[in-house]
Amino acid sequence: MNFIASKQPENRLLGPESDTQRTLYPYVTGTSVVALKYKDGILMAADMGGSYGSTLRYKSVERMKPIGKHSLLGASGEISDFQEILRYLDELILYDNMWDDGNSLGPKEVHNYLTRVMYNRRNKFNPLWNSLVLGGVKNGQTYLGMVNMIGVNFEDNHVATGFGNHLARPILRQEWHENLSFEDGVKLLEKCMRVLLYRDRSAVNKLQIAKITEEGVTISQPYSLKTYWEFSAFENPAQGAIGSW
Amino acid sequence: MFRNQYDTDVTTWSPAGRLFQVEYAMEAVKQGSAAIGLRSKTHVVLGCVNKANSELSSHQKKIFKVDDHIGVAIAGLTADGRVLSRYMRNECINYSFTYESPLPVGRLVVQLADKAQVCTQRSWKRPYGVGLLVAGLDESGAHLYYNCPSGNYFEYQAFAIGSRSQAAKTYLERRFENFMDSTRDDLVKDALMAIRETLQGETLKSSICTVAVIGVGEPFHILDHGTVQQMIDAFEIAGEQEGPAAEPDAAARQEAAAEQGGSTDEGVAPMDI
Repeated sequence: MNFIASKQPENRLLGPESDTQRTLYPYVTGTSVVALKYKDGILMAADMGGSYGSTLRYKSVERMKPIGKHSLLGASGEISDFQEILRYLDELILYDNMWDDGNSLGPKEVHNYLTRVMYNRRNKFNPLWNSLVLGGVKNGQTYLGMVNMIGVNFEDNHVATGFGNHLARPILRQEWHENLSFEDGVKLLEKCMRVLLYRDRSAVNKLQIAKITEEGVTISQPYSLKTYWEFSAFENPAQGAIGSW
Repeated sequence: MFRNQYDTDVTTWSPAGRLFQVEYAMEAVKQGSAAIGLRSKTHVVLGCVNKANSELSSHQKKIFKVDDHIGVAIAGLTADGRVLSRYMRNECINYSFTYESPLPVGRLVVQLADKAQVCTQRSWKRPYGVGLLVAGLDESGAHLYYNCPSGNYFEYQAFAIGSRSQAAKTYLERRFENFMDSTRDDLVKDALMAIRETLQGETLKSSICTVAVIGVGEPFHILDHGTVQQMIDAFEIAGEQEGPAAEPDAAARQEAAAEQGGSTDEGVAPMDI
């Protein structure tokens, strides 16, 4: 049998040795990211949890990062793959800056580049196990898009990943409107994040909200949401339950 | 230029520090039929003289659309020009596919120049024998570049290459200060006048020239012969009034030049031919 070179060999779709070279399942994962367009740009929220299976192992993982001058990237899914993507983008932005001309890659360009990367990896049966949210503002144009590990990508006024799609987006569909103020946008995001905190098992109560406008990126300091657990239905939940044990 | 013992190889320097093969390649550009380009803040116009070999044949294509926002006019070995246009189209389409965004013309021009440079430093290659006038748009507006076989590129307000281009250049030198604020139609008119200068007395008709326009909100396209002939007719009649019309122009130009003195200098590069 051949040696497995450190670079992935050509014919490695099948065969036991080849499996060590491609992603099969995620290990340390981040949960939902939620984002929306508002009056001045994009607001994005993500908690700081990195789960190791069902254990809430890491509680200070920054899952949103600025990219270049004009974009903000939020990721859920495998954290190490997110770090790899950040390295790809770092190189991309570096070469873009090295041209030193008046042109720069905007959020649309970065989103499409990421789509190409994710889709090509999927085609090689070696995906980057992430769902990415890419938002930004350039020359007054606001852009918000999503791309996931199978290469599905789209743009919208509000996006979410993972559980956020099921719990947050319905809220956003009802309550989002054009030209939200900053305060209203934050309130809306916090509403979504609170629902996720109650109902998503992998959510932790430590989140950051990031904003990107024409001026640049600001990522808030981590903070926690107030929660209420004193509903009477939560008290003594097993009372009256049927069952032998 | 006379033959000498240092001109056989592109990889041989002369004692005076010249690469003769590269200079001979630039001569090939001068032998091709004329191509001119000029630009305003928002539009670029390319024009060229199209002389067919005989009445029986069609004329060679010298203006190529590279993308919606980039076009090129060539002078010299048209075969080399065609190959380079294909390269440019490929680069544009690859960039568009990856980034969903048009390739900034300034970057394409650098890639083209780097490609030309390679041919000046390989013993098994020869320099491209074609000069390219690249017209395009990017974030900072409309641009016109000239790419040499030497691998150099320059940005221009207006330029002309090919045979008898000096006549066109002289015409453009007189008028270029006004180009930045010209309207699209005035720019096309100036292009046609510049082409006429290279014809040295021969009548300008749309069958012997090609004009192409690109601008903000106007994708690159070659004007059809009917439109071109209309524009020629429109100003041929006004041609006799060129003399008195030049007087108010001169006054306007002085004012415009005073305001634009600083900015137009940036767009002008030293004419190296």
